[in-house]
Amino acid sequence: MAKDDTEETAEEPIVAVKADKKGTLQMPESAPKEVIPGLEGLETVKTEPAAKQDFSQIAFQQSIHKQVDSIVFGVLSPKFIKKMASAKIVTPELYDSEGYPVDGGLMDLRLGVIDPGLRCKTCGSRLKECIGHFGYIELARPIVHLKFIRVILTVLRGTCKECGRILIPKEKIAKSKELLDRIDKEEGLDSRRKAVHAIIEKLKTTAKCPHCNAKQEKIVIEKPTSFMEGERRLSPIEVRTRLEKVPDEDCEIFGLNTKSARPEWMILTVLAIPPVTMRPSITLETGERSEDDLTHKLGDVVRINQRLFENINAGAPEIIIEDLWDLLQYHVTTFFDNEVEQLPPARHRSGQPLKTLTERIKSKEGRIRHNLAGKRTNFCARTVISPDPRISINEVGVPKIMAMKLTIPEVVQPWNTEYLKKFIQRGPHIYPGANYVIRPDGRKKRITDETKEAAIEELQPGYVVERHLMDGDIAIFNRQPSLHRMSMMCHRVKVLPGRTLRLNPAVCAPYNADFDGDEMNLHIPQTEESRAEAEILMDVQTQIISPRYGLSIIGCIQDAISGNYLLTKNITKMPRHQAISLLISIGVTEFSRLPNKEEVSGNEVFATLLPEDFNFVGETKAHEPIVIKNGKITQGYMDEVTLGGEGSGFLLRNIHQRYGSQATIDILHKMFKLGAEVLMMTGFSSVISDTDLPQIAKEQVTTILDEAEAEVNALVASFNSGNIDAFPGRSRKETLELKILEVLNRTRNKAGAVVKENLNKSTDTAIMVASGARGNNLQLAQMAALVGQQALRGQRIHNGFRGRTLSCFKPGDLSPEAHGFIRSSFKKGLSPVEFFYGSITGRDSLMDTALRTPKSGYLYRRLANAMQDLKVEYDNTVRDATGKIVQFMYGEDGLDVSRTENGKIDVQRIIDTTE
Amino acid sequence: MHKELEEYKGKLPDKLLEEIEEKCPAGKLKKVVAKVYEEYEQARVDPGEAVGLVAAESIGEPGTQMTLNTFHFAGVAEMNVTMGLPRIIEILDGRKEISTPMMEIYLKKPYNQGDGIKDVAEAIRQTPAGEFVEEFSINVVDMQIDVRLNKERMKTAGLTTAIVTKQLEKGLRDANVKVKDDDIILKLKSKDVKGLNELYALREKAKGVYVKGIKGITQVLPVKRKGEFIIITAGSNLEKVLELDFVDTERTTTNDINEILNVLGVEAARTSILNEIDKVTEAQGLNIDHRHIMLVADTMCASGCVKGITRYGVVSEKSSVLARASFETPIKHIVDAALVGEVDYLNSVVENVMLNQYVPIGTGLPGLVTRQIKKKE
Repeated sequence: MAKDDTEETAEEPIVAVKADKKGTLQMPESAPKEVIPGLEGLETVKTEPAAKQDFSQIAFQQSIHKQVDSIVFGVLSPKFIKKMASAKIVTPELYDSEGYPVDGGLMDLRLGVIDPGLRCKTCGSRLKECIGHFGYIELARPIVHLKFIRVILTVLRGTCKECGRILIPKEKIAKSKELLDRIDKEEGLDSRRKAVHAIIEKLKTTAKCPHCNAKQEKIVIEKPTSFMEGERRLSPIEVRTRLEKVPDEDCEIFGLNTKSARPEWMILTVLAIPPVTMRPSITLETGERSEDDLTHKLGDVVRINQRLFENINAGAPEIIIEDLWDLLQYHVTTFFDNEVEQLPPARHRSGQPLKTLTERIKSKEGRIRHNLAGKRTNFCARTVISPDPRISINEVGVPKIMAMKLTIPEVVQPWNTEYLKKFIQRGPHIYPGANYVIRPDGRKKRITDETKEAAIEELQPGYVVERHLMDGDIAIFNRQPSLHRMSMMCHRVKVLPGRTLRLNPAVCAPYNADFDGDEMNLHIPQTEESRAEAEILMDVQTQIISPRYGLSIIGCIQDAISGNYLLTKNITKMPRHQAISLLISIGVTEFSRLPNKEEVSGNEVFATLLPEDFNFVGETKAHEPIVIKNGKITQGYMDEVTLGGEGSGFLLRNIHQRYGSQATIDILHKMFKLGAEVLMMTGFSSVISDTDLPQIAKEQVTTILDEAEAEVNALVASFNSGNIDAFPGRSRKETLELKILEVLNRTRNKAGAVVKENLNKSTDTAIMVASGARGNNLQLAQMAALVGQQALRGQRIHNGFRGRTLSCFKPGDLSPEAHGFIRSSFKKGLSPVEFFYGSITGRDSLMDTALRTPKSGYLYRRLANAMQDLKVEYDNTVRDATGKIVQFMYGEDGLDVSRTENGKIDVQRIIDTTE
Repeated sequence: MHKELEEYKGKLPDKLLEEIEEKCPAGKLKKVVAKVYEEYEQARVDPGEAVGLVAAESIGEPGTQMTLNTFHFAGVAEMNVTMGLPRIIEILDGRKEISTPMMEIYLKKPYNQGDGIKDVAEAIRQTPAGEFVEEFSINVVDMQIDVRLNKERMKTAGLTTAIVTKQLEKGLRDANVKVKDDDIILKLKSKDVKGLNELYALREKAKGVYVKGIKGITQVLPVKRKGEFIIITAGSNLEKVLELDFVDTERTTTNDINEILNVLGVEAARTSILNEIDKVTEAQGLNIDHRHIMLVADTMCASGCVKGITRYGVVSEKSSVLARASFETPIKHIVDAALVGEVDYLNSVVENVMLNQYVPIGTGLPGLVTRQIKKKE
């Protein structure tokens, strides 16, 4: 009910107000109807005339946003740097003796504020309001910009040293340009630069300018930042004058857009000083100030620059000036990038390298991937998870202490004022209370025992109350790694005692969660739009069918499967009262569908959960038929194939197809509880004696093993006597190995068959396997009969000493036990040698996992990055962000995999069900 | 096609119509088609659906379950092929050189019946000269190598001394090849032969010169499959194999996608990507819907050639600077963008995430435009 109250909700009003002052956001208070350029169709506009004036005001404030339309990239020209700068930096000093920022220093107040209480001298706003302003320094001598040296080299090489024209004869320029534009389009800028060079090389104009006949010399880069013409070093001044001479139209041949990047701008004459807000200093506990790495670096730049100025003015000898110039070049270079080859990185006094601009941006921990492409949020929680089969599948159990920290903003309306006042009355410490009240002007006020009364007094429509999380609120639940969309689903909150997040075990599969200490995250959406979206698109019931293969991923697991298996297969008779108490315990109170008999069967109890007109034909795990007619099981029983998740669960898939997701989740929840209740009623435990084999079977296994050993020995013998012919494409030794491996694998299968035959099928362990709840026949055989051959990369184990695996064997011994065959069972216990073999394969698989995870992670990242902007358009085509068509029809038939049955429309089913 | 079905042509995919026609008794055809159409319409994708991301998830998520470095051992007598995750990576990278190229050569009748299949296979295999040489004897006096050929083996392979000589001439640029009686004499061209070492080196080189077969095919293996004999090869050369007259050109394939691209074109390359990924997922027992793989293959091939899912391939094609920068080598992309004066129009996903704006996908796609009702003052 509370949800309806808040049709317009706060969208971070605090930010919005601030943004206005920045000038990035306009809040048309008087004329909200005005269309802001660049906002075509993107503004949210209130469609209804407001009921009361107060609301409309708030609504407009919160709902009109400016949107960035495009971002233009370019190189800053010296002129532009000066124009955008608000301060010229002339001194390396930061603070005066009183600790106040020095004017013209790097912490100049005109560059923004980082101290609380101070105001920015440029824009007049306070800390966190002022985004900072650039400054600049005039460099005493030009400096090469490290990041542009490759471009500078291309331009220098491709143009005449005298007249600055490109080294392509006039008549060929147009044609070359055409060619280069094509290369640029197809292969990118790098190839274009190479191609320019290739053309000039081909024209043989490298030595002589076709325009002014001036002789040319070869220019190379002397790493990291100098240019050499023949033997002579070109000073940045010379480079700059040459670049200045290059006409605009020739620059374009190199792929440069002269509006955004003239080549001479790449030799710096002024350096932009980033605002202090991006390099804030930290005050240590001792009161000492610790400056940011960038400030340190800039300090070096300014200091050397000043010294260079002084020396030039004083007419110092050329060598000293050259040295200082090189030093300045070093500092500017490391300011841009401190990981340049051939340059020692600038270090702190502690020896740790400084993190300068490039290091700030790049890599996973850099600005782009860490702060821009990934965000941090408030209103989230994380803790250990534990199972609770009693809460619904789309619920999440939230500890009360969490619920008292996580809040939901509710807008005060005339009809809920009283309701919300009660929350404030209870305050932050009594659940369910409220933590904050937000005034219409965006000011946030904490509710304490003292401010409670005032807040209640003050409360009126338009205010927002941040109340505690309550049952039924919407939350997004997530477990990392979030590999698919089912890793983040929308759950309803259920506030519970305890300190863990609780989830129904049926949703373990989509999250890939278990309870061995896993932690999960909870997010509380704060706006009405996000809540609506979470509910409609992310709810657990909307995610039952995996979009990967079109089959259900949520289903019964473990006890729920074995319980229902027992119920429908083994319990043929139970007193009616017991059936009723069973149904009551799972929350079913409608018994009219239970046959009115003294004794009912398990099938009949189970069938009460099914819809009355449900028909189903299927197969069990053991390929026995199941028939359900009009909601009654007429043949067969339930097991993993019908009830499970992760690619099986065909009964559930059918229910989903016919009755929709909500019904499925309800039925599934009941089935789940029923299974668990049945096991509680009958008892269910796995015992060691479950895997006891009768004497005859034991002997059989021994015979099989002995036979296999004899067979292998025979093979080895015939190999030694040269009687084995090699398979085509293999050596004789390899052939022998393959044959042995085949024999030994056959042995395990034979023993497995014996175990399957002889093991008591009514034990609980066997039931788990038979129902598909846990384990398989192979594991059963490994426990009861023998573990079998340990294979390493598809072969027997050969590693170890020369010619043998362990020193207790003779060199060249090819017998099974010398190469990883384990003839003991897990129950009997492994001999030391056998245990060692087991450890070998164990370690190998551990390594495999450890190596695979990062590899597949990287593959996934690449795929996601390459394909994230593909979407289905309104004309059913699949296009990328630029509108380029990738597919004319998604998947050639336009079907959504998560709405199909295993990727198909089941025509056969439709034919069968149509009369 | 049936009259009732005719009506739905163009509305339902042909595959579905065919299936209905095949399975459905004529009596209820009309009803069935109507019902299928209804279900089909309900199962259509919604406009705005982020199908690309779903496809990436569907392939990336089971990637963690795939095994690393497993070699395929189907049956005893088949060859090793890279499978599992490394193979998937290889395919999606769009690599030019794959680690285990392999061909399946189908043969025309009567060759596929098994008679003389070994000889047919051997004819394809690239064989070095060393296999046909009885003895390399080093003549220290004249500083030359006398090569005595094995006539018998040459005969079975259909080789003559002339062919071997020609191939050796081609393969050994720095030596003179002469025929003397039935032997071949190799002599170094350069005058100042420093010692025996150079002769030894020449001998080793001569051993490795290929005299017969198709370039690149290092191993052949005739295998019986579904009642006919086919040849499986290690190494691949589709172009040359298709030229052979006993090869069934329609069914013969290779696992080298780049080769298929060069010989048969993009459409074939796309199908090949699909098949190769399918092979891996099937071998690993993973269930990935065909549509996801299709979309990946289509993204790789949309530009007309096979582009890998790497920073040099598909990702470099993106129009947005920020999207490219958020993937790999951000500095390079930003610097290049500055030089060209690129404009980022923010029409894909990550840029908008960076700017805290709505993403033009899914529910962020539609814009709502309303005319505001003027307030009555």
